[in-house]
Amino acid sequence: MAVTIAKEKWTSKVSEMVLGTEPNTVKVGGESTLPFLHFEGEIPNRPITALEVWDLEPTDWPDILKKPFEGVLNDPVAWAKKNVEYGADVVALRLMSAHPDYKNATPDECAATAKAVADAVNVPLIVIGCGVEDKDAEVLEKVGEALNGKNCLIGCATEKNYKTITATAMVNGHSIIASSPLDINLAKQLNILVTEMNLAANRIAIDPLVGALGYGIEYAYSIMERARLGALMGDKMLAMPVICFVGQEAWKAKEAKSPDDENPEWGAQERRAILWEVITATTFAQAGGSIFVLRHPESVKEVKKHIDKMMESNAY
Amino acid sequence: MILIGERINGMFKDIREAIMNKDPEPIKYWAKRQYEQCAAYLDINTGPTVDKADQPAVMEWLVKTAQEAAPLPCCIDSTNPDAIEAGLKVHKGKAMINSTTADQYKMDIYLPMAAKYNAAIIGLAMNEKGVPKSASDRIALAMEIVVNADMHGIPMEDLYIDPLMLPCNVAQEHGVEVLETIRQVKTLADPPPRTTIGLSNSSQNCTNRHLINRTFLIMAMAHGLDSAIADVDDDQLLDAVAAANILLNKDIYCDSFLKTFRSR
Repeated sequence: MAVTIAKEKWTSKVSEMVLGTEPNTVKVGGESTLPFLHFEGEIPNRPITALEVWDLEPTDWPDILKKPFEGVLNDPVAWAKKNVEYGADVVALRLMSAHPDYKNATPDECAATAKAVADAVNVPLIVIGCGVEDKDAEVLEKVGEALNGKNCLIGCATEKNYKTITATAMVNGHSIIASSPLDINLAKQLNILVTEMNLAANRIAIDPLVGALGYGIEYAYSIMERARLGALMGDKMLAMPVICFVGQEAWKAKEAKSPDDENPEWGAQERRAILWEVITATTFAQAGGSIFVLRHPESVKEVKKHIDKMMESNAY
Repeated sequence: MILIGERINGMFKDIREAIMNKDPEPIKYWAKRQYEQCAAYLDINTGPTVDKADQPAVMEWLVKTAQEAAPLPCCIDSTNPDAIEAGLKVHKGKAMINSTTADQYKMDIYLPMAAKYNAAIIGLAMNEKGVPKSASDRIALAMEIVVNADMHGIPMEDLYIDPLMLPCNVAQEHGVEVLETIRQVKTLADPPPRTTIGLSNSSQNCTNRHLINRTFLIMAMAHGLDSAIADVDDDQLLDAVAAANILLNKDIYCDSFLKTFRSR
């Protein structure tokens, strides 16, 4: 019998999401192959990086992480501009001031900040709440309105608050982040619930709640891998681009937080911490991640370098 | 599971009458209905009452009418090569030929036809001597078809081996042999050919037909069955396939798994 070159033939692909408005749109997703296997399908869009901006000065960030943002940590607009200078493809605004333990800022206050940031930068915007589900629903409703037509990515929508967030995304033309705790079945179910409200499937990004290197990275990796295989085999409710909140996890790791003198044998903290963030992100790039929300500008540079290399075609 | 809807067949009274009266409505109804019920192909068979000379024209009309009503490819089902070719000529998309046996003179007609029209084809594990009883005899015939299909450049994913299920009230001993055949077909080539069965045949003239069909389909799926010509109008059958897809790790579980199985 004739020799057949064994290449997988996938029947389906990841949906393509467009963020931002012309002429500054950014596209993610659309792959019809496993990550970076250019010889088995198309990878029309490269994975992108986002840098976080907070709407208040972070209290638990180590000094080495605050250093690149000196002078702008109290000014989200200036901080966002800085992120664009640093090469982030999109800006991720985290409305931490809404948290009851911080400023308990009102939805209107948050919406005003979001509007100011959106108007100041020419890249698409991701807006994330403070992580308290009820409050995020209230906040994102106002934020969605204030950013009407700007085609942002807002979240995180969970099983508890997805209805309000989905509704505001539909009315105001945004996409949403659907979060589920490291569980592919729940991720799929949440996507179904959201699409049943008639939000198009290509306006959902999956947030599997990834862990950092050394902190359960393999769980998220295998879930992302399984979701991508499902997507390529025709499971439309898992065929969404995946967003990975890498920065928040990597900078929580002891290996990133421990100062130079605590564990001298670990090497200098700055290099070590950035590496932790970079390795976490590039690992998830291999698992099919599309959007990497990072914290350190140097990580953006390194991750982009890695992606440049991986996007070189290996088709044959 | 690639479901092939069995309903557009002149064996059924409404289709037979539709053919006689040139009434497209029943054909369109069943094309649409089976599309909604997860069929991936529409089996099209003129039935035995149409004269041999008329079969090509009737097949052409049936294929055109069905494809006007539903965006599905057809499984063109006839023992008359002229009727099959007439269907292939007007077919849109990638058709399936139903079927060749392992007889050389038949393979010499149908396999070149499949290659010419870039169609998939069902190969029955039988020959002029009839349906073999044992799995090993069925496999020997399946291998004949695999080799011949390969000689005509037909990719294995386009070849569907049908081990031939017989009614369980007259040929009860065949069931286990069919299951074993389904399993062994996957060892015949790499990549392997696909498998299909005529599901409703397993319960011909039996009581509780739906239960027998459903049970056998799930057993066959567990042995690796890829496809079945079946009564897709049976909701319980579809639900059972949806559940089997989860249990066989083919679909990823979610609470709405019955619903997602039915959404295209």
